[in-house]
Amino acid sequence: MSVDEAHDGHSFGPNPSPRIVMMGLRRGGKSSICQVMFHNMQPLDTLYIESTTAPTTSVFSSFIDFAVMELPGQINFTEAMIDAERIFSSCGALIYVIDSQDEYINSLANLHSIILHAVNANPNINIEVFIHKVDGLSEDFRLDAQRDITQRVTDELLDDGLVNVSISFHLTSIFDHSIYEAFSRVVQKLIPQLATLENLLNVLCQHSGIEKAFLFDIGSKIFVATDSSPMDIPTYEICTDFIDITVDMNNIYAVDRRPKPVTRNDANTNNGTVNIANQLESIPQGRPIGSTSRLSNGVILYLQQMVKGLALVCLMRKESMPKIALVEYNIEFFRDALEQLWLIG
Amino acid sequence: MAGARRKLLLMGRSGSGKSSMRSIIFSNYSAFDTRRLGATIDVEHSHLRFLGNMTLNLWDCGGQDAYMDHYFSTQRDNIFRMVEALIFVFDVESKELRKDIETFVLCLRNLYEFSPTAKIFALVHKMDLVIVEKRQDVYRALMKSLEDTSAMFSFQVQGFATTIWDESLYKAWSSIVCTLIPNVTVFQKHLQTFADISEADEVILFEKTTFLVISHVTTARSPGFRSDSTRFEKISNIIKQYKQSCSKLRAQFQSLSLRGSDCTAYLDTMTANTMIMVIMSNKTDRRGSTDLLGNNEINGDGDDSFASEAENNIILANIKIARKMFEKIEMMNPDDR
Repeated sequence: MSVDEAHDGHSFGPNPSPRIVMMGLRRGGKSSICQVMFHNMQPLDTLYIESTTAPTTSVFSSFIDFAVMELPGQINFTEAMIDAERIFSSCGALIYVIDSQDEYINSLANLHSIILHAVNANPNINIEVFIHKVDGLSEDFRLDAQRDITQRVTDELLDDGLVNVSISFHLTSIFDHSIYEAFSRVVQKLIPQLATLENLLNVLCQHSGIEKAFLFDIGSKIFVATDSSPMDIPTYEICTDFIDITVDMNNIYAVDRRPKPVTRNDANTNNGTVNIANQLESIPQGRPIGSTSRLSNGVILYLQQMVKGLALVCLMRKESMPKIALVEYNIEFFRDALEQLWLIG
Repeated sequence: MAGARRKLLLMGRSGSGKSSMRSIIFSNYSAFDTRRLGATIDVEHSHLRFLGNMTLNLWDCGGQDAYMDHYFSTQRDNIFRMVEALIFVFDVESKELRKDIETFVLCLRNLYEFSPTAKIFALVHKMDLVIVEKRQDVYRALMKSLEDTSAMFSFQVQGFATTIWDESLYKAWSSIVCTLIPNVTVFQKHLQTFADISEADEVILFEKTTFLVISHVTTARSPGFRSDSTRFEKISNIIKQYKQSCSKLRAQFQSLSLRGSDCTAYLDTMTANTMIMVIMSNKTDRRGSTDLLGNNEINGDGDDSFASEAENNIILANIKIARKMFEKIEMMNPDDR
């Protein structure tokens, strides 16, 4: 996955790929989210990000191509209306970031007018509301905030007669895994091949004794698909951590094939903050990476790199280990299916 | 079998980072968590079982002036007797460097009197606050004066530049603890044998709880072996993070097997207190392929150059067999060789 950053003025490239627009009042946390997710910045470092002044687009291509455009919060919205309609018509999802630690009434009013314009320009757009910075709130407060915001927004939409708006609410924070999970859900709605991927994963799990399988994008830790078994957050978290340590360990002994080394583990990095992040650029090309780990509670974590910066991460029970050769055989089929999907898609 | 007790004095001015270091290495705190730590009141004792037959008795001595005065007067006897090692922490940002060095000299003076065989370590800490270009100079400047002062008491001081924000902390503590393990040469010898028999490129032995490196052997027999000089600390750091992740699932990890882009690595439990990591890199380098007998072959798709499934199983079997030997070493009387 490569991450390019382009500072657009008011013109947007001819890129027809799905696009996500991120909006919200200023100081809401939009730039921090982009930096943490796509540029591997440490959450603590985001304190030093300056206010965004111009619309900023991050393009990344992995299994699917995406562009995330972040519109500055200070934009005088009424002026930018014409351009905004153009943006909305070519975009698949609109993420609206609300700072939950602040008064959000103004934010909601802004959201409402944005939704009206967005739905006008593109009736199929997915509205995703990120109730952000929830790390500072207690559990009860979070649920209250979510309930309150959901209530208000849907009420206002009903008042305006908009019933078919696809809108979802997520509680997020850059300091834990919730932002990754929320973003994963957003991205999943935009992948046309999602049903096929889920199906493939279901079949794989049934025939290989795998309890839970995820298809992750290695660089951003967004999961692209998972099988239909119930999902819980600790499982998701340990899978993302497992990807991190596998890539880090691999990089220690990897041959440096990159033109310019980009290790995060050097002491030369800014502020010397904790550096166990990884960048996808730093995954060397060699044989596909895989790793297996046994845990004391009988769970086996299994990772296998797939095509195009994706990795399959599975949880199995230790009873499956003697049949691991069969499991790996099945995974080969899965990989072939992915390759075909990608060629077609 | 008498367990060896090693008394370690952790001293330094107030706020220099002693308790933070201790909690990261020995109590599984993350660097970020250490901000919660308050000033240490008087001396905090930790008893840490290390390698089954050794107990580290860590005296984290609060650095505030009131306490320090006590240590050098009424509690002299108590503090400085039977010390195996002194770890003195210097805060690189300290405004009173002269006073810090004076305190260091006082410690040396007392140790000379009560524990003349103690080993002396100096940690130049919080190096992340110094700009990169200056780090070497700052470290050398301080070490020069420390070396001179230690020489006055015929002590040899060993120094490390550290910060809790990267792996240098693990390097320093691994080195310190290794000097205290009584039979580290025995470990080394057997690890070398293991590496030769397994035909591995590198074998590392870690202590299980702290993930400090006890011993390592690098044979680098494959032409494809590439390594980074700070890798041991990095591995300690990475695995420690993994341990913390696993503990969220209320489990611990028992083994890890990595099929990397250029190497194959196994991390497995060796004994109740140690874990072993075996690394085998790509047998061929990228230009052409040479098999183990040195015959040149046309480079195929490169798969032959990685450890085959059979070799993987052999490694695991070897670890199992070696386990008994290593358990015996751990249980050895510290005075045996």
